[in-house]
Amino acid sequence: MDTVAVALHVNGDYVEANVLPRLNLADFLREHLQLTGTHVGCEHGVCGACTVRMNGEIVRSCLMLAAQAHRSSVETIEGMSDSGEIADLQAAFRDRNALQCGFCTPGMLIAAQDLLQQSPQPDREQIREHLSGNYCRCTGYQAIVDAIETIARQRAGRSP
Amino acid sequence: MTPRYPPEMLSVLDRPNSYIGKTVPRPNLDRLMQGRGLYVSDLELPRMAHVVFLRSPHAHARILGIEMSAARRMPGVIAIVSGSELASVITPWVGVLSHLKGLKSAPQSAIAIDRVCWQGEAVAAVVAASRAQAEDAAERVSVEYAALDAATDMLTALDPATPVIHGSLGDNLAFERNHDAGNVDQAFADADAVVEAEFVFGRHTGVTLEPRSVVADWNAGEARLTIYQGTQAPHMVQNIAALHLGLNESQVRVVCKDVGGSFGIKVHIYADEMATYALAKLLRRPIKFVADRVESFNTDIHARDHRCKGRIGVKRDGAITAFEIDDLTGIGPYSMYPRTSAIEANQVVNLVGGPYVTRNYRARARVVFQNKNVMCQYRAVGHPIACSVTESLVDLAAMKIGIDPIEIRRRNLIADDAYPCVSPSGLRFEQLSHHAALAKLVKMMEYDRLRAEQAILRAKNIHRGIGIASFIEVTNPSAAFYGVGGAKISSQDGVAVRLDAQGSVICQTSITEQGQGSESLTAQIVGSVLGVSMDRVRVVLGDTDNTPYGGGTWASRGAGIGGEAALQASKALRKNVLDVAAAILQSTPGELEIVNGRVVSVADGTPRIELSELARIVYFRPDTLPPGIQPELMATRHFVPREYPFAFTNGVQASWLEVDTDTGFVKLLKHWVVEDCGTIINPQLVDEQIRGGVVQGLGAALFEKCVYDERGQLTNANMVDYLVPMPGEMPDIDVGHVVSPTLESELGAKGAGEAGTAGAAAAVSNAVNDALMPLGVTITEIPLTPQVILTALGKI
Amino acid sequence: MKASAFAYARATSVSEALELLVVHGESAKVLSGGQSLMPAMNLRLISPEFIVDIGGLTELGGIAVERGILTIGALTRHVDLLKSTEIAAHAPLLTQAVAHIAHPAVRNRGTIGGSLAHADPASELPACMITLGAVIIARGPLGERRIAAEEFFRGIYETALLPHELLVAVELPVAPEGSTHFFHEFSRRRGDFAIVGLAAQAIVRDGQFVDLRLGFFAVGDRPLLAKSGSKLIGVPVTRTVLSEACSALSEELSPMGDQQATPAMRRYLAKILLARCVGSLLSRADLGLGGEE
Repeated sequence: MDTVAVALHVNGDYVEANVLPRLNLADFLREHLQLTGTHVGCEHGVCGACTVRMNGEIVRSCLMLAAQAHRSSVETIEGMSDSGEIADLQAAFRDRNALQCGFCTPGMLIAAQDLLQQSPQPDREQIREHLSGNYCRCTGYQAIVDAIETIARQRAGRSP
Repeated sequence: MTPRYPPEMLSVLDRPNSYIGKTVPRPNLDRLMQGRGLYVSDLELPRMAHVVFLRSPHAHARILGIEMSAARRMPGVIAIVSGSELASVITPWVGVLSHLKGLKSAPQSAIAIDRVCWQGEAVAAVVAASRAQAEDAAERVSVEYAALDAATDMLTALDPATPVIHGSLGDNLAFERNHDAGNVDQAFADADAVVEAEFVFGRHTGVTLEPRSVVADWNAGEARLTIYQGTQAPHMVQNIAALHLGLNESQVRVVCKDVGGSFGIKVHIYADEMATYALAKLLRRPIKFVADRVESFNTDIHARDHRCKGRIGVKRDGAITAFEIDDLTGIGPYSMYPRTSAIEANQVVNLVGGPYVTRNYRARARVVFQNKNVMCQYRAVGHPIACSVTESLVDLAAMKIGIDPIEIRRRNLIADDAYPCVSPSGLRFEQLSHHAALAKLVKMMEYDRLRAEQAILRAKNIHRGIGIASFIEVTNPSAAFYGVGGAKISSQDGVAVRLDAQGSVICQTSITEQGQGSESLTAQIVGSVLGVSMDRVRVVLGDTDNTPYGGGTWASRGAGIGGEAALQASKALRKNVLDVAAAILQSTPGELEIVNGRVVSVADGTPRIELSELARIVYFRPDTLPPGIQPELMATRHFVPREYPFAFTNGVQASWLEVDTDTGFVKLLKHWVVEDCGTIINPQLVDEQIRGGVVQGLGAALFEKCVYDERGQLTNANMVDYLVPMPGEMPDIDVGHVVSPTLESELGAKGAGEAGTAGAAAAVSNAVNDALMPLGVTITEIPLTPQVILTALGKI
Repeated sequence: MKASAFAYARATSVSEALELLVVHGESAKVLSGGQSLMPAMNLRLISPEFIVDIGGLTELGGIAVERGILTIGALTRHVDLLKSTEIAAHAPLLTQAVAHIAHPAVRNRGTIGGSLAHADPASELPACMITLGAVIIARGPLGERRIAAEEFFRGIYETALLPHELLVAVELPVAPEGSTHFFHEFSRRRGDFAIVGLAAQAIVRDGQFVDLRLGFFAVGDRPLLAKSGSKLIGVPVTRTVLSEACSALSEELSPMGDQQATPAMRRYLAKILLARCVGSLLSRADLGLGGEE
């Protein structure tokens, strides 16, 4: 089967590759670029563990072909961590123990950051709504909602 | 801070700068939050190949032949291996334990040989250079089956007309237990009211976000197998892999790095995992198996799936006279290895009626084989069933005689000063706190205010309900759980602590981490006892080459057993350190103490020597020590409870919800838990264990069910159709505590991992029935789907 | 769970995409946002031999209003619909409906064209199209066809599109002056497929319906424009009238059973939805679920 040439930016780095058409973006990130922070939980678009940001918007990387990411800019948890963009959210997750096994956490953090960028002062209901496609089996979600609520307030300049 | 008392008079709970009882962040979370963890699914090794298992589409069928030649020609294929070929490398097993009298099961192979017994059982292993190529080739393997009649319904499993799954066993009855305590018949005769009901519990499963994953690496040069696996019990895996591969345990190393969720799903030995170990040995290269989500639904153990008839007798004054149950559960075609599939039913018998004073209790539990996926222990084994049956019966009795659900519990819960005592099923309770917990719950939830609100809303045709569920939880299991039955599953845990050459501490523990906080609680204990800050304690776990021998993390045992081992090891090391310090300082150990990483004088807190300096002398200049001193800056201790077979905990949960009686939809509004796990090492970690556990129970209550058709086909093996609890529907959960430390250990900690799951579904069921009470409807089935509720309401 | 192998082409124009479809025929699948296609391929429920990726065809994007017609390009994503001020002004029903589609990350990729061409009977947009009287524009090698939404949906995952055609746009009449709408669906969890859903648009004058269009979904093999709505138009709506409309609705439905609901439950919930819709649009709490006066 012929490969497809893709060229994209991943966490700011320019990447060129020839990929099999069937390779999805999650597997491309994990297996070709060794960016294993993007997790694969269900591979049919339900669990949210593979959430990444493409051209500034969150997407499920298991529901995209790597070929579809051609000429895009993809950001993964590794990139968003290194840039410091979500350092406050990560600190809040740590302080609130908003992760246990950590497998859902990269997707949760990216979805949370997406919410806070779009809606700076979400209430708990809006936080739950925005995360409604991200599955966590460990925490029961409350700690995650608490952590995000704390950072929403903090970023809005109010004390928690 | 200056210590005012000799250190030995202080427990670890009150030592200066103790971390015990404090919320401190878990170490090493940054790694997971930055996507820099190492889960088995992330692991790649040189020459590693991927295995995909071709799985039976039939619930029960004879394998007539397997045609592999077309598949072998597919790109990337390395090997295709049948069950009989693999049998040359790995022996079969039988999942029985001798203390579960009469439990029987049949030999199970890593890959089915002549016959498949459930839809999803592996019939061939396809090994290829990539998972995708292995899947491509698996589609080209053609298996000729002769379908056999399947026994799928547990209700008819014992009927003479139902095919016997394993002829050699004679029938489909795997296990039966009968229990009769007190005088049950007389107690029912003496009751003013007797209420009975049949309770139905859906089959559900764990849905760990990271599926089961193994990389097995046989190094033929070393004759050694390294198993990288997300497991809760590395030493158990080591023992069993060695046993069935014909190796010594020293030839097997099990490494367990980050694990994407476990909940009991990853404490068992699965056939496909055994096959992966065997394939590595057979093919002499690393083999990776990562279950995909569909495989997870079809092969991860399922749980619950009980039908239980229950009966309660009650006096007009609210005194419960007796409980009686008849429980039936179907476990699939094999009892799981090595923990067996009889434990859940056994627990149901143990736990029904457990919080209450009545001595009259009769129970029967039957465990039957069926052609469905295997069932075994998942978080809170048996507890949700026992709790739901008990607490529903208590509510039904209260309703029958017209008293409040809180009141009937007050009248019947074992008094907080009545301990130690023995339950009707023979369980020994050291110290529980049902009444204190209930009182705290009533206050937290503002019970009377909620009742008033409920009444006002009922007048507006809004149906809200309050559900209460008291529970007990088995934690800190001793060898009574598995060991006495012959399982090589350790009930003791070990911890080794040592000072490094800069005065930091390395701690190796046999408990494992899947996110509960094992690493944190170990570091908290070690830091507290040794008098060093947590950030100078590095905890090593999950590696049979590098930790003491022990059980791992399951059955709510990590903190209570592993924590005590850490405490005792740290005490021993502290003594060793002070002995050396005394020699160096020409003092006595009793005059010295360790605070903040330095040895200080007990009398006035004067710093005497830094641990880093002490370590430097010991490791690099032992020649300067007084003659005859041989410092031991490493100490190891093991612990297992000996007095009580289990450390029972207790608690009570409440649910507040609204039922839309037009649509059958339930909206969870709020949930409360008060629990007593003894000494709390880290309040936040305990609370989050409770919350996470509650939500798994809420999933069972409202959403989760493995739906099989009558032919034994699992019809919802994906995450679109199998509904897990998601953020949008879950309530906030308030958690409170009562603290009754166990005296079995110096630490006093009991477990907290399963309390949430134990009682959540019972609270929800009771709340739904409370909401529907004005409509005269009682539902005794979970999950409480709109379909179930509308049917009960007679709307459809 | 990896997709079967396939060949792939990134179309650079609609005409190129159409050529590819002609060449590859029924073995080809069009990939737009991929939010329905990718799960099915990952699960190997379908294994197309050829994928035509139309994701880069900017000519298929955009929302425009002209002479009372709202034109929405096929590649318009759910998130674009959700955030569009034109849609909010001229098809507010759509704005409300789109919020119920899956989750944010899916709405960032899924497209209206993909959703309509996929024709899942439980999805929101097909029902909205029939309620709003949309025209679906398909382009084939021989030119464009305009297909009324009611004629477009032919069954589960079946549409009037021919294998060589591409759905390029939809046209909607802008919401009439004074119109009002109702959207609700019963789903087990947020973002799940509906058990039963209703997308309605109405004109109410003096407490009576002058117009009422009821697009039900997940009640059969395709979205249903309920004829029983006509029983409520131009008459004072009483509990009896509502009850009769609900009974008539029941006759129209041919729901299927699945994991979440039996046909009987769907039929029942559709009536509940109709009653709630009427009560909401007429601001009448007294109607309840209908019934005897």
